[in-house]
Amino acid sequence: MTATAPDAGLAEQFERTIARDQRVEPRDWMPEKFRATVIRQIAQHAHSEIIGMQPEGNWITRAPSLRRKAILLAKVQDEAGHGLYLYSACETLGADRTDLTERLITGRQKYSSIFNYPALTFADVGVIGWLVDGAAVCNQVPLCRSSYGPYARAMIRICKEESFHQRQGYELLMTMMSGTAGQRAMVQDAVDRWWWPVLMMFGPPDRESANTAQSMAWKIKRHTNDELRQRFVDMTVPQAEALGVTLPDPDLRWNPQRGAHDFGEVDWDEMKQVVAGNGPCNAERIAQRKAAHDGGAWVREAAAAHAAKKAGRERTVA
Amino acid sequence: MSMETSTGAGRASWPLWEVFIRGKRGLNHVHVGSLHAADGEMALRNARDLYTRRNEGVSIWVVPSASITASSPDEKDPFFAPSGDKVYRHPTFYDIPDNVPHM
Ligand SMILES: [Fe+2]
Ligand SMILES: [Fe+2]
Repeated sequence: MTATAPDAGLAEQFERTIARDQRVEPRDWMPEKFRATVIRQIAQHAHSEIIGMQPEGNWITRAPSLRRKAILLAKVQDEAGHGLYLYSACETLGADRTDLTERLITGRQKYSSIFNYPALTFADVGVIGWLVDGAAVCNQVPLCRSSYGPYARAMIRICKEESFHQRQGYELLMTMMSGTAGQRAMVQDAVDRWWWPVLMMFGPPDRESANTAQSMAWKIKRHTNDELRQRFVDMTVPQAEALGVTLPDPDLRWNPQRGAHDFGEVDWDEMKQVVAGNGPCNAERIAQRKAAHDGGAWVREAAAAHAAKKAGRERTVA
Repeated sequence: MSMETSTGAGRASWPLWEVFIRGKRGLNHVHVGSLHAADGEMALRNARDLYTRRNEGVSIWVVPSASITASSPDEKDPFFAPSGDKVYRHPTFYDIPDNVPHM
């Protein structure tokens, strides 16, 4: 996609589409920076879905019952699907799939920092569904109205499927909480480890978020990071109470003046470290993705060769 | 509409296919997205796994993205002009008295 001289009429039409809350569609003229921003956001989102299969995928064979195995398998398969819907949306802007995969495995494009934390016990599977997918839903519901059409449509599909993810996680935790003291302790331990990293999923605080203002003006994003983080905390507190777990934040309390919960400061240095590649599992996640991609090379080549041969045969017969 | 892109040297990549799903009998096929596959048969199977995990469809079409000819938004006005000035194609163009039933 080359940058053509922005015809004033086209730019005006683009601005009008945004102002009227209509969707920008793939073949419309758009500013190069809009295209680049949307590609970056969708790619990062797609990569997160794909890498996001790993922490839970490791538990599929170890889930304690056939029912839990089947549920987890379906959930992880959904995440693969989410990644593919999003890659498909990204490709409508001229991004190349092979290139996107390369950018992921060479670390040139990011994915959500949350997936660089390990899933240590089976309670983590429940907490990931409840909190990680819950935070994802909170982030994603407003994106169903994102100004770029294919992205918004992908988000609608994804959000429908995410509600199953969150509910299966919460149900798993309710089951464990009605079990032994040891099981309840496992749940609390998992909540203690995941709570702060989950709050980091909403991104840096608004005062430090470089891209937010432009993305909001273009309606690619509809709420700031801090607004969504606050909304998530307010939604989660009563769920934690119903479950019988404590959220590990001594500063967390209802503020009647604000009509919202106050909560402690996220450790932004830790977040920067994890984003910079120094989290507990960064290297492992990328290595595993690269191994899967490299290991699949012969399959891609063989299928392409088979298709070419078959097409050749059909031409001869015809 | 997305276009087939990747042909980079040494990077075997499958072509892109557009996927259309009939949600249920009586409805048209609707575009739902795209995917990569080596051939049509594989595109159909992948489309089933990707776009109908929850019974979203009773029939699937897959079309190589490169085969689609689309109107260009730049020529939007002239291209759609033939229908723009033919309001008489719409039923609301005609005034029918309220006392005429079933119209
Ligand atoms: Fe997902
Ligand atoms: Fe999910």
